[in-house]
Amino acid sequence: MKKVLLGNEAIVQGALESGVDFVSAYPGTPSSEIGNIFGEIGKKQGVYFEFSTNEKTALEAVIGASFSGLKCLVAMKSFGINVASDALLPFVYTGTKGPVVIIAADDPSCWSSGQTEENSRAFAYLGHIPILEPSDAQEAKDFVKLGFEISEKFNIPVIVRTTTRVAHQRMPVEINPKLQIPNSKKKGIFIKDVKRFATMPPRVLEMKQELLEKIEKIRAYAEKSKTNRDPGLGKFTETRVSGKLGIITSGISYLYVKEVLEEFNLDIPILKLGFFYPLPEKKISFFVRDLKKVLIVEELEGYLEKEVKALVKETSPKLKIYGKDLLPEVGELNSEKVASAIAKLINKNLESNLTGNSPAGIRENWKLKIPNRFPRLCPNCPYWFVFSTVKEVAPKNTIFGGDIGCYMIAGFPPHNIQDYLLCMGASIGVGHGIKKALQRGSGQDSDQKLIAFIGDSTFFHSGIPALINTVYNKSNPLIIIMDNRITAMTGHQPNPGMGLTGTLEPAEEIKIEEIVKACGVKNLKVIDPKNIDEFKQTVREFLNKNEVSVIVAKRICAIWEKRRVKK
Amino acid sequence: MAEIIKKRDKISKEAGKTFNVIITGTGGQGLITLLDIITEAAVSQGLDVKTSELHGLSQRGGSINTHIRIGEKVHSPLVALGSADLVLSLEILESLRVINYANSETISLINRYSVPFIGTIPEKETEDKINKLVKGKKYVIPAAEICQKELGKDVVAGIYLLSYASFKKMLPLKPESILKAIFNRIPQKYLDLNVKAFKLAEKYANK
Repeated sequence: MKKVLLGNEAIVQGALESGVDFVSAYPGTPSSEIGNIFGEIGKKQGVYFEFSTNEKTALEAVIGASFSGLKCLVAMKSFGINVASDALLPFVYTGTKGPVVIIAADDPSCWSSGQTEENSRAFAYLGHIPILEPSDAQEAKDFVKLGFEISEKFNIPVIVRTTTRVAHQRMPVEINPKLQIPNSKKKGIFIKDVKRFATMPPRVLEMKQELLEKIEKIRAYAEKSKTNRDPGLGKFTETRVSGKLGIITSGISYLYVKEVLEEFNLDIPILKLGFFYPLPEKKISFFVRDLKKVLIVEELEGYLEKEVKALVKETSPKLKIYGKDLLPEVGELNSEKVASAIAKLINKNLESNLTGNSPAGIRENWKLKIPNRFPRLCPNCPYWFVFSTVKEVAPKNTIFGGDIGCYMIAGFPPHNIQDYLLCMGASIGVGHGIKKALQRGSGQDSDQKLIAFIGDSTFFHSGIPALINTVYNKSNPLIIIMDNRITAMTGHQPNPGMGLTGTLEPAEEIKIEEIVKACGVKNLKVIDPKNIDEFKQTVREFLNKNEVSVIVAKRICAIWEKRRVKK
Repeated sequence: MAEIIKKRDKISKEAGKTFNVIITGTGGQGLITLLDIITEAAVSQGLDVKTSELHGLSQRGGSINTHIRIGEKVHSPLVALGSADLVLSLEILESLRVINYANSETISLINRYSVPFIGTIPEKETEDKINKLVKGKKYVIPAAEICQKELGKDVVAGIYLLSYASFKKMLPLKPESILKAIFNRIPQKYLDLNVKAFKLAEKYANK
C-alpha cells in the first residue's frame, strides 16, 4: 500500500516498521516533525518517547536504552550532532547492544539554520560512524530500516543523514498497512559488562582497533548492498554518450542527476551511493574502470570527490575527476546547476533547454528589485513588549546578544537589536566574554552595557552552564530569559519548564527563576513583559548593577495560548 | 492556454512529462494545506508526485514558495527555473518573486490580495509589474474578496484559487479529485467552509 508521506513521516514509519522501542529528540528544523509525531503516537504504538533537554542528553538517553537492549532512534538537526558529539564518539567505540539509528538533518542553503551551512557527513571521519544518505521519502523509510539492520548486525550506531529537500519532500511511499497493532512495550535489561560499556584506558585503544575492523566488515557489506547501485547499468548499452563520462552521486543530488539525464535524453552511467561511510571502494573502482571522465555530484564540501580521487589514483591514474570545480560548495544543488556542470563536460548547451528561458532572459529578471519581506513576530507575541521596552530604555551603545529561537527576529527591522549570534546558549557565554574583555585594563567596569536574550528552551538546552560561568567568573551582563512557556520556533514542543513531557504527560515543572537563584544570581526578577512600566524600571535598575542580573520575562507564546484556548 | 491543456492531457499518457506547479504566498496563508490537497488529488488520479516545502522561522510571516511536480514518474522535487506550468499566488507581490520560474506558456493565477509590510510597493505598481514582466498568461483575480464577501472568510482564498484553476482546466487534476482530497485532508471543523469555497470557485469559473 502506498501513502503520501513527508520525508520525516517516512522516517517515523520506517522506525515503526522496524519495531523501535525507544525514541528521543530535541527539535530543530528540518528534523522536528519526527519528534512531534512520536509525541503524538508514541503511547498508542507502545514506543517510549521523550523530548530531551538537548541533543546530548537525547543521545545519552538512547545510549542507556541501547545498553539495556532496546531498539532506539534519536533525531536532531545538524548542529544537534555537534552538541551530541561528546557522547557520540565514545558510543561508536562501545558500540550498541540494542540497535540505534541517529537522524542527522542537514540544511544546505541554510533555509532554517542560523549557524553554519553544516555538512554532517564529516562526522564519519571524526567518529568512524556509518552514514547512509537517502534521496527521497521512500529511501528515508528504507534507509532507517537498513540502518537498524546494520546496527543490529555489527553492533554500531548508524547515522541516516537527510537534508531539507529530503526531510521536507512528499511522495507516495510504500508502507506496511498491517502496522496497526501496537509494538510490544519491551522492557530493557542492563547486564553488566565493563569491557563493553566503559571506555577507560587501556581498553579504549583495543576498542578503537575493534571499531576499525568492524568498519572494514561493514565496507564488505556495503559492497554487496543494493543501495549502492548503478541504476543505468545494463539498461542503456549502445547509446552511451561519447567521451565515456560517468557520474557518481548520492542523496538528493541523485534526483537532480536523474532529472537532467531524462530531460535531455542523455545516456550517462550513474553510480548512486546509499552509503557515504564506509564507501564501497571496490564498487567505485569497478564503476570507473572504463571511464575517461567522472563527475561527482554532491552538495556542500566535496568529501566524496576527495575519496574517489584518492581511491582511483593507482587503479585508474588517467581518469579525470570533476566535482567542485563545476559545482558550488556553497548552497544546495538543483537540476539547473547539475545541468550546467554536465553541459560543460559534454560540450552541449543544456541550460536553455531545461529552463525554457534564455539565460539572458533570466539574468534580466534577476535585476527586478522586489522589497524583502522579513519574518516577523506574530501579533500579540510577548517579544514585542520585550524588544520595544529594551530598545527604549537601553543606552545607545548597548551590545545585544542573540540566541536560537523566535527572538532571532530581533535582528530584523524594525527591531535591529542583535549584535552577535552563534549557537545555543552563546548569548550568555559570549556576553560574559565581551563584558570581561571590556573590564580589562583598568579593572573598572565599562560603561557599555550588554543585554543577552535567551528563550526558555534554549536556557534549559545550554544556557545554564554559561550562566554559572558568568556568576562564577564575575561579569555583569543583563540576561533576559524570555520564557514563553514552550519551544515555539520549531513548532511548539513541550520543554522542562512546562510541567509536561514530550507525550504531554504531567511532569515536574522546573522553574527557571529557581535555577537562576541556585546559580547564585542576586539580581533576579520575574516579570510579565506586558507590564511595561515595571519592566522598563527593572531594566534600568539592573543595567547599573555590578553583578550579573537576570529578568525572566514570562508570558505565554501568543499562538500557543490561542491553541490552548481552542482545545 | 491550448498548450497547457494539451500538456495536461499528455501527462497521464506520456512518461517523462511532468506538470510543474509553484505555490507562493506568505507564512500562515495555508500553503502547506494546498500542497497537501494537490498531492492527494494527484495520487488519487494514479499519478506520481513529488513536492518540496520549507518550515521554520523564516516562514513566520515571510515569503514562501512550495514546489509540486506531477507526472508518470517524477524525480526531482524542485521545479526548475523557467519550467513552471502553473503558478498559484496567494499574495500579489509574492507572484513577482517567482517570476523566473515562468515561461511563455506558464499560467499564473494570482490572488489580488496584499499582506503589506514596511517598505513594500503599492498594489497598483505590483500589478503593473506583473502585466509587464511575468511571462505567459496571467490572471489576477479577487479570490480573497470573493471569499470574504460570500463566505465571510478570506482564509479559504487558496482553496478557491486551486479549485478555480481545476475548473478552468489549468492543471491536470479534475475538480472531483480536488473535492475528494478536500474531504480527505481538511479537518471536519473547517470542511464545510472549504467545500463552500470549492463550490464558489465552480460558480465563478462557469460565469
